[in-house]
Amino acid sequence: MEGFNLSDIISVEHLAYTYPGVEDTPGVPVFEDMNLKIQEGSFVAVLGTNGCGKSTLAKHFNSILLPTGGKVYVCGIDTANEDRIMTVRHNVGMVFQNPDNQIVANVVEEDVAFGPENLGVSSPEIRRRVDTALKQVGMYEYREHAPHLLSGGQKQRVAIAGIIAMEPKCIVLDEPTAMLDPRGRREVIDTVSRLNREKGITVVLITHHMDEAARADRVVVLDKGKVAADGTPREVFSQVELLHSIGLASPETVELCWELNRQGFDLSLDALEPEECAQALYNAVKA
Amino acid sequence: MKPILEVSNLNYIYSVGTPFEHKALDNISFSVERGEFIGIIGHTGSGKSTLMQQLNGLLKPTSGQVLLDGEDIWSDKKLTRQARFRVGLVFQYPEYQLFEETVYRDIAFGPKNMGLNEQEIDRRVREAAGFVGLTPEQLEVSPFDLSGGQKRRVAIAGVIAMEPEVLILDEPTAGLDPVGRAEILGNVETYRRARNATIMMVSHSMEDVARLTDRLLVMNGSKLAMDAAPAQVFSHAEELVQMGLNIPQVTQVFLNLKKLGLDVANVYTIEQAVAEIKRLRGGAVNA
Repeated sequence: MEGFNLSDIISVEHLAYTYPGVEDTPGVPVFEDMNLKIQEGSFVAVLGTNGCGKSTLAKHFNSILLPTGGKVYVCGIDTANEDRIMTVRHNVGMVFQNPDNQIVANVVEEDVAFGPENLGVSSPEIRRRVDTALKQVGMYEYREHAPHLLSGGQKQRVAIAGIIAMEPKCIVLDEPTAMLDPRGRREVIDTVSRLNREKGITVVLITHHMDEAARADRVVVLDKGKVAADGTPREVFSQVELLHSIGLASPETVELCWELNRQGFDLSLDALEPEECAQALYNAVKA
Repeated sequence: MKPILEVSNLNYIYSVGTPFEHKALDNISFSVERGEFIGIIGHTGSGKSTLMQQLNGLLKPTSGQVLLDGEDIWSDKKLTRQARFRVGLVFQYPEYQLFEETVYRDIAFGPKNMGLNEQEIDRRVREAAGFVGLTPEQLEVSPFDLSGGQKRRVAIAGVIAMEPEVLILDEPTAGLDPVGRAEILGNVETYRRARNATIMMVSHSMEDVARLTDRLLVMNGSKLAMDAAPAQVFSHAEELVQMGLNIPQVTQVFLNLKKLGLDVANVYTIEQAVAEIKRLRGGAVNA
């Protein structure tokens, strides 16, 4: 994916970023020459160990951080262009890990309205957007509830509704399920996957959960400020040794086949669903 | 030998007599032996955290008893105070509770509160640091200069330094990458073995509890829904999903193998799955 492409919603070109040092200590370089393009309408999962630069990268996608070298373009706009920051933030919305830190109002629908209100959207239009957004995340019936009484998964879906009410082209989610129980995780991932499929919203999902990454179209693995692997979930997760060497793991279905291969089996390493893994094992046992 | 903890007919109601009255624990009974590694699973709001806070006297039962080494922790003020040291509690995201100038002083905070002498405090700080893999040099730095995973290990060391007979951890691995997760869980296991301590771990990761624990307590709607070995618990896949939980991916693979007509055991770790598949292939070859 070299060169300029209109269909790239985010384009990271030779990005360098160094966190400023405190007093006399030198800064900490995170990226020296990072390159990545994200196509409009895609669902991209970003994996990497703690401290690999995932969140630092995400913060470049809507001008929370600005490059110390190189460029980041969002919809063709340079994120360092101060005059266009609002446009960049309008196009790329962010959802963070802790839902409790993202709630600003006492009523769900007011919370969702906060973003469009700040964009100066007219009242009838805000009403329409809030209702649509809440329906899209399956929280419309909770519109008059108090957000702090919702479950973690519901709070995250309200946070997502608050973002889509601003009608961004892209949503960046930084470990949105780290604090959720299994049902909450399913709710959130089902929601973003549906928004991507049905509304064409580009989704960038940063996660430590391999089963969530397996649902994306594309998985990008970061290691020490560089892209270590990039491909479909099947392509990336079949590189088990590479992932282990970085400190990551594949989904258990792949790990199981890989371990069996080390003990004399000859299984393909691309089964991400329990059903296909079971079928492959069945064939191997019956052969 | 007496069980280290015994919970009998425990009930707890939040905000009694207000419109927010809510029964968080409904007639819970179980007992825990020394050296056991117990996993506590359940959806958000099922009562897990309330239960944990009962076990070291942070919350007082509305009715029922918590016996520590055979004695009701509420029968005497001294016993209540002792319970807070003998049963150590590590909250979610404990790294946010670090506050001292050096790692050493942070870990020393608990033992100091116990009224121990300097020499004993020093021994405990160094031993606790050893359990979580912190080097003597790291004891002298500010906890805020450490990585997220290291900070969390400092926080856990602070509780270990009180040398609790029961160590309770609320989602100790949330937000960590696979290597960070394995390190923390390894630290906890090392402490358990060295001291024959009881570990009770709340987790949303079915894979983690499957791999480490001897026994699972499943909380659902303020009740103790199951109390059994992981193999038995995970054989109730449908019930778990209804409770908002799930089962490890390898367990799902094996349920699918059963559907395909293979006579397989219930497995819940990759090691067990590998052994079972090898047994099946061996059997097929011989037949």
